[in-house]
Amino acid sequence: MSANLRVKSSEYIDETHRVSFKFNGKTYYGFKGDTLASALLANDVHLVGRSFKYHRPRGIMTAGSEEPNAIVQVNDNTNRTEPNVRATEVEIYEGLEASSQNCWPNVNFDIGGINNLISPFLPAGFYYKTFMWPASFWEKYEFFIRHSAGLGKSPTEKDPDIYDHRNIHCDVLVVGAGISGILAAKNAAKNNFKTLLIDEKNELGGATIYQDKEFNKINNQGSSDWIKKEINELKNISNLEIKTRTSVAAYHGYNYLLARENLTDHLEKKNKNNKVRQRLLKIRAKKVILATGALERPLVFNNNDRPGIILSTAVKKYADYFGVKCGEKNVFFTNNDSAYESALCLHNKGIKVDAIVDIRDNSNSKIVKAVEQTGIKIYWSHTVVDTNGYRRLDNISIMRLSNDGMTVTGKRINISCDCLGVAGGWTPAVHLFTQSGGKLKFDEDNNVFLPNKYPSDQISVGSCNGNFNLKEIINELSIKLKEFLKIDQTDFDNIAIESEEETSKRNIWLLPSDKAIGKTKPFVDYQNDATAKDIKLALREGFRSIEHVKRYTTTGMGTDQGKLGNMHALGIISDTAGVKMGELGTTTFRPPYTPLTFGTIVGRSVGEFFDIFRRTAMNHWHIENKAEFENVGQWKRGWYYPINGETMHQAVQRESKAARESAGILDASTLGKIDIQGSDASEFLNRVYTNAWSKLAIGKCRYGLMLNEDGMVYDDGVTTRLGENHYLMTTTTGGAANVLGKLEDYLQTEWPELDVYLTSVTDHYATASVCGPNSKKILKKIIPDLDLSDENFPHMSFKEVKINNIKCRVMRISFTGEHSYEINIQASFGKALWEKCIEAGKEFNITPYGTETMHLLRAEKGFIIVGQDTDGTMTPIDLQMDWIVSKKKYDFIGKRSLYRSDTMREDRKQLVGLLTDDPNIILEEGAQIVSELKQNPIQMLGHVTSSYFSPNLNKSIALAVVRGGKDMMGKKLFIPMEDKTISVTVANPVFFDEENKRLNA
Amino acid sequence: MFVINCPYCGERDQQEFKAGGEAHIERPKQPTELSDDEWAEYLFMRKNIKGVQFERWNHAHGCRKWFNMVRDTSNDEIKLVYKMGEKPPLE
Repeated sequence: MSANLRVKSSEYIDETHRVSFKFNGKTYYGFKGDTLASALLANDVHLVGRSFKYHRPRGIMTAGSEEPNAIVQVNDNTNRTEPNVRATEVEIYEGLEASSQNCWPNVNFDIGGINNLISPFLPAGFYYKTFMWPASFWEKYEFFIRHSAGLGKSPTEKDPDIYDHRNIHCDVLVVGAGISGILAAKNAAKNNFKTLLIDEKNELGGATIYQDKEFNKINNQGSSDWIKKEINELKNISNLEIKTRTSVAAYHGYNYLLARENLTDHLEKKNKNNKVRQRLLKIRAKKVILATGALERPLVFNNNDRPGIILSTAVKKYADYFGVKCGEKNVFFTNNDSAYESALCLHNKGIKVDAIVDIRDNSNSKIVKAVEQTGIKIYWSHTVVDTNGYRRLDNISIMRLSNDGMTVTGKRINISCDCLGVAGGWTPAVHLFTQSGGKLKFDEDNNVFLPNKYPSDQISVGSCNGNFNLKEIINELSIKLKEFLKIDQTDFDNIAIESEEETSKRNIWLLPSDKAIGKTKPFVDYQNDATAKDIKLALREGFRSIEHVKRYTTTGMGTDQGKLGNMHALGIISDTAGVKMGELGTTTFRPPYTPLTFGTIVGRSVGEFFDIFRRTAMNHWHIENKAEFENVGQWKRGWYYPINGETMHQAVQRESKAARESAGILDASTLGKIDIQGSDASEFLNRVYTNAWSKLAIGKCRYGLMLNEDGMVYDDGVTTRLGENHYLMTTTTGGAANVLGKLEDYLQTEWPELDVYLTSVTDHYATASVCGPNSKKILKKIIPDLDLSDENFPHMSFKEVKINNIKCRVMRISFTGEHSYEINIQASFGKALWEKCIEAGKEFNITPYGTETMHLLRAEKGFIIVGQDTDGTMTPIDLQMDWIVSKKKYDFIGKRSLYRSDTMREDRKQLVGLLTDDPNIILEEGAQIVSELKQNPIQMLGHVTSSYFSPNLNKSIALAVVRGGKDMMGKKLFIPMEDKTISVTVANPVFFDEENKRLNA
Repeated sequence: MFVINCPYCGERDQQEFKAGGEAHIERPKQPTELSDDEWAEYLFMRKNIKGVQFERWNHAHGCRKWFNMVRDTSNDEIKLVYKMGEKPPLE
């Protein structure tokens, strides 16, 4: 470590605790309390990265979360690697590794640096303009652009860390723990408000804790000492919770805020394991006090981006707080008094300050006088016209500013310096305020946007509200707090404050150079390499809206969202276009304020908790019997049950044959089940289904089709009449929740007069469906007392029975076309029932089958699956299901829409069967269907919706929707595929057992 | 994320609710009597106002009741909630 860059000890740095870390592979040392930025500066490392477009060398510019340049990759080549981390926010720990981004092969020699030399050819919109033609070349261009761009590398391994979410409800949330935030939180908590105080730093107190003691006094004490006492008192207040290292990312409506709490990022690796790394705080606050402070602005001048050019208050913070000097030869460049406080601080610490360049012509404030007395040379009415030094600032050139500030005059004066502290004034951090929907107003005196209209119960206090001097801040805070919290007094109503008042102001958004603007590089957005020149070009090319200029020049679109440069961009647009800044408005500030990790956003919802699975009562049996699973809705359903290394195709063929030749069993528990009761239950079903229900006898089942009000098929299923006023409706697996919601909607809003009660019982019953010619024999073994004759228990009827004294509902219904039974039992007995069926079916080789076989069997019968053969544009008529639409019923949901001119068109897509000319070719589901191959453009008639190889017919079968398909029976159509064209013939969609003989076999 | 005052349960987080579009559009009692245009008016046409709008909401992860809400879409201020079947306020 170059020890000479450490100045006298700081109380925030523990010099007894040395920490080693690596940057770009080289080992350095810092102290506990350092950030990566302060430790690098202490090691005289200024060059930390390259800029995005021109690959210009860039250094550390700030000391906070607004940092645009010093963004690094942390812990590269480990599973904890993270890109785009601000070196100014990384607290160093033993073993930390970080590296530069945006450079290849390394930060000192970067091939992309050539972009800087050819930059005259890379103006705003360069990519848009250049790579447009010829269009077919885009893919080639894209390859190179993608490789030369990009911010950091994303991790390739699984994140080993744990993340968490926490909900917090509080009376008062205070964001920012500078002096305003601390006083606000203390007084809120003392007045019995449950208070939460949040700050992004690891220490409370903001900039006040290292404020100049001479010029800022409270009760005759330095403000920094006074605030430390206040901070100590906070710890003893019981209803105040304090969160440090916590950044509010988003402020939504109704005082709902999201904050990221960092818990282990500052810890050594060995202490990170098995701890929550970051926690997302979901805060609902009754009242919010924003005390987010202000960000110092840079100045926009030629070559204002070199390593060594740092914000003036950051230079001060590095010296005061971290005990690090940013340079041996320091110069300040300013338009206000802030730089003088920094210069004085450095001077008092024995750090050499050579000059202050001030664009104002004078200032009479006490602090300026104090600096004058130190002998530091002040150049009034001067501006920096150029800077030199490639990897580190070496010298600057200054010239006298004209009175109007538009040009420079006189001779260039060269000043040798390795650190230039720039002070361009202050921008209130109104980001969170505007995120919440707040409207800003422009203050022309100070060139700042300030909170104007609050959209919720909140206030902005301190410098984020445009108060920049201590006295003003505290006096106004007292008034605002009393009003906002409705309290009579605060504990700082009667304190004596002394602070410095600024007497002279001058603001020039773009400072002139002796060179023509075209030959200069005055950066506005450092991270995205947007210059004032680019903004002017955009205006010349006709862009007017600030939102358009932003996108065209990419100003403010980096990971820092232009926290430093947005105001200058607005100012330059305003000056160039001759529009007042207040009329221009600002670009929209969007969450997050600082980037969030994906881990924080998802919290614990990873792996199996990403989307919770539902499992049937028989699930364990499926697992034990090596089922492959399919996700249906949220359910895990048995897909097929391979044995002896079968492929899916082999398993499905075997299962399908077994179900038709002897017996199969399906876990049908996932079908939605809705219990419907009430004296108007029959009338209700009449209104929601297309067919008639009044005459359904008790103990009988009926298939029903449900439409949307637009006439399109919505859901289907069998409903059983259990009693006079009692039905059990089944729905599709995926549609269950929506169907219940829709039925409740109609009952509550359109037909409140109906006496009907709906209860979802999907999870309450487990269902085993036994089918095949031997199903009756199996049932007989399980339920010996039940008369299974067709007379007593015909197809589409239901019986209440007992199996081992457990009540069951048995429906004789079929989705396969086979004789079959569905046994419903209380879910807790589901597995036992299933095993009983398997045991009883053993002698008949009962074969468990999954959803794939179910789909195949029903396709052989031409039964539709809602959502597979329909897509929200199919009416029952399109599906050739006219038989289920009651002509007699006056009304049902969707009826009127079936007579709209559009739904009555003959050339709508209609459901048909398809048979391939070669019976061994299986069509691809989704394949497009045409009738002519030589048409140009070729007209698509429809697509294949379901396709299988039927083992029972020994040929390939498919269902499809085809324009005008109803009248195409026997017609040849074509399915052009990538490598071949398949000929098909339109057929009846019922391929198997058209007479339904097997139902009663 | 709103806080919604369910008329049956009280204040709850917006996460528990489902929005159901424009309120006070009654399903025609005799749909078959309507022309295509009249039916389309009921079926498809909805207002999308910047400003005060009457909406249907459902406390889907709560009491499952539908209710009405008067909301200013320009700033998401919920001016009023009231039960289904109750008359909309005139203002």
